Amino acid sequence: MLWRRHKTFPRGIHPPECKDETRGSPIRQFPFAPVMVIPMQQHIGKPAIPVVAEGQEVARGQLLARADGFISVPVHAPASGVVKRIALVPNIDGHMVPGMYLQCFPGATQEVIEGTPCRVETTTPEQIIDAVQQAGIVGLGGAAFPAHAKLRIPEGKTVDTLLINGVECEPYLTTDHRVMLEQTDDIFLGIRYLLKATGAERAIIAVEANKQDAAEKLRRQAPNNLPVMVEVLAVKYPQGAEKMVIQALLNREVPSGHHPYEVHVIGVNVATAAEIGRLLPHGRGIQERVITITGPGVKKKGNYRIPIGTPLRFALEWVGVGDDLAEVFLGGPMMGQAVPSLDIPITKGINGFVAFTEAQIYRAEKVLPCIHCGYCVAACPVRLNPARLGLLAKRERYEEMARSFDLMDCFECGACSYVCPSRIPLVQHFRVAKQRIKKRRAA
Amino acid sequence: MNAVEKTLTIRSSPHIRSPIGVEAIMRNVVYALLPAAVFSVYVFGLAALVLLTTAVLTCVATEHLLCRATGRASTVNDWSVAITGLIYGMTLPPGLPLWMVILGGMVAVALGKFLFGGLGGNLFNPALVGRAFLQAAFPSAMTSWVPVLSADRFQILPRSTLAYPFAEPVYDTMTGATPLAAFKFERQTTETVDLFLGLTGGSTGETASLLLLAGGFYLIARKMANWRIPAGIFAAVAALSGITHGLEPETYAAPPFMLFSGGLMLGALFMATDMVASPLTGAGCFIYGLLIGAVAMTIRLWGAMPEGVMYAILFGNAVSPLIDRAIQPITYGTGKRGREP
Ligand code: SF4
Ligand code: SF4
Repeated sequence: MLWRRHKTFPRGIHPPECKDETRGSPIRQFPFAPVMVIPMQQHIGKPAIPVVAEGQEVARGQLLARADGFISVPVHAPASGVVKRIALVPNIDGHMVPGMYLQCFPGATQEVIEGTPCRVETTTPEQIIDAVQQAGIVGLGGAAFPAHAKLRIPEGKTVDTLLINGVECEPYLTTDHRVMLEQTDDIFLGIRYLLKATGAERAIIAVEANKQDAAEKLRRQAPNNLPVMVEVLAVKYPQGAEKMVIQALLNREVPSGHHPYEVHVIGVNVATAAEIGRLLPHGRGIQERVITITGPGVKKKGNYRIPIGTPLRFALEWVGVGDDLAEVFLGGPMMGQAVPSLDIPITKGINGFVAFTEAQIYRAEKVLPCIHCGYCVAACPVRLNPARLGLLAKRERYEEMARSFDLMDCFECGACSYVCPSRIPLVQHFRVAKQRIKKRRAA
Repeated sequence: MNAVEKTLTIRSSPHIRSPIGVEAIMRNVVYALLPAAVFSVYVFGLAALVLLTTAVLTCVATEHLLCRATGRASTVNDWSVAITGLIYGMTLPPGLPLWMVILGGMVAVALGKFLFGGLGGNLFNPALVGRAFLQAAFPSAMTSWVPVLSADRFQILPRSTLAYPFAEPVYDTMTGATPLAAFKFERQTTETVDLFLGLTGGSTGETASLLLLAGGFYLIARKMANWRIPAGIFAAVAALSGITHGLEPETYAAPPFMLFSGGLMLGALFMATDMVASPLTGAGCFIYGLLIGAVAMTIRLWGAMPEGVMYAILFGNAVSPLIDRAIQPITYGTGKRGREP
């Protein structure tokens, strides 16, 4: 094949991909932990409200908590068992949040109870959006924004393109890659639902060039009567950020502070689409998800379908870790969050975790003054001026950062920090600055 | 399975960093300069070797001592001062008295860099500050050249090299002039091949266009020099010399001569591209390059001196912050540039 340039957005970086270890490992079922930890808020929005009592027996897939309003989703039982306690449980950020502990029955089956099926042929868009909410689906790419809330196009806006995001540009992670290979038909079914719900005319599945096999399989299996296209994009970080994909594919820029609706696009992660296609026909709720467990610190690296609520400690013990485990972060190494405790559970928004040993861990090097190399400027996908912002952050001129240099548009991708040869922790500065500004504006 | 119990490190993302640190960039600049520097020793002999060594050692020692004197940790191991020393040496005439080399080197580091706060703080390229100082203080020594490929160049040092401080140096042999001076004052052209290969008189490390280009390409390929800067310079030089030569071929030299003579290659590829003193954005770098090329040509064509690259780059350094103010990137989704209040 002739060398051809793939579409992409301007700027960005090329960190090592590190996907070889898991890209070939088929999705395997993860066993049930003896006790599941289930936060009531695994999504952005209001926490769900429990509908079960302590001591109650529940079946896998049964409703545990109902959605509280439109920006909220219900929670389903990841396994059959007994609700031990309804109490505060540890969350990703180290805080305690409302939740419950579910003691699984030993030898619980993988059977999932079904609800009212939602057939794509016979439903209205409203009913689909409702069914998506009932299934408890959130953005599985890591955003954890309730999927149904995104699907309801605001009054006066129109959408022409449904963007199915299978870019997965974070190093190490291969869940979307495996989902595209193994749940190809689920994805197409999910797209049918999504097209109907949003009124979009066509769907584009975006895949990075390092997943050619997935792109080919999707192309081969695309049903004839479905207006869907598969587009291969250049391998670059952060190509998977929604605004970047939209820019690369359609050359449209989402106005600052707005939703992609503004440019007639709606973006859905490919794993979310697959889950919609898998659950809706059976009226099931989401009780497990696919994650990548990888990194030099773990032994059985791979892709797993893991029950939501599985404590990280159980997951790590099951895959096996070496004595030199030093850091675990949820998500990829660019934006992933280091975990403070292993008691936290896998929730809906977590697409994988990476374990580093002492050897891989980034030891903060001496921070040197900015040498004006412009690497950060050439890296920033939002086209900010991180060098200038960094300087202002150092002088705590936060307001100026926001007013004159669009700090609030920074989505903390970390590309600038990654490239800075002076090792200035730019994105950390920006996080602090953004928090300060938000606090000040709220006050 | 006890490992799962251990305390974990918590750092904020990103959890990985690019392998290219400041030290790596600086080290690679030295690598890129070395072929031309070594070649200058072949062409000018011991004089070049002694001069370059002295320049590097002076600059490194000055930085080290200044750091010690002001109670800071020594910063010599980031390699940046070694580059300053090497480039500074390469811009000097090969037979320049060593005491001048030392004096200029001290000025370069103390005035050009340390006074501005050290690494990253300097407004001007420190090597050029040192050179500009010498040019102003010792104009005749700075325009006295030693012959190329002289037979005894590996046996004896030119007498001027070892001149006593503050005494008028004595020159053994002098070449007429550099190709630029020869053309400017006598309308005498030099073979482009000689210019390209570096077989002409001139400053120690500026003559070998071919090797400088090779080094420059290496840096550009490794993204350690912004290609838009030399591209802008070459474009401006080629355009202006093309026009003037086209109009008056007798008075003005042709583009190849202008591109390969004097300090243009060294300046465009290694000094103008100095990250600290050049603009941040791609567009800014191109404008900066055009500006430097235009100023250099203005001096060469109509100025009193045959060469103007050094002053052109210093001029570029001075306007670089203004370019950065004006040419901010256009933020995604806003259609407007960031701007200073
Ligand atoms: S973290 Fe923010 S400033 Fe840095 S590259 Fe990403 S978007 Fe730009
Ligand atoms: S990458 Fe770092 S050193 Fe380079 S310009 Fe940006 S902040 Fe300065």
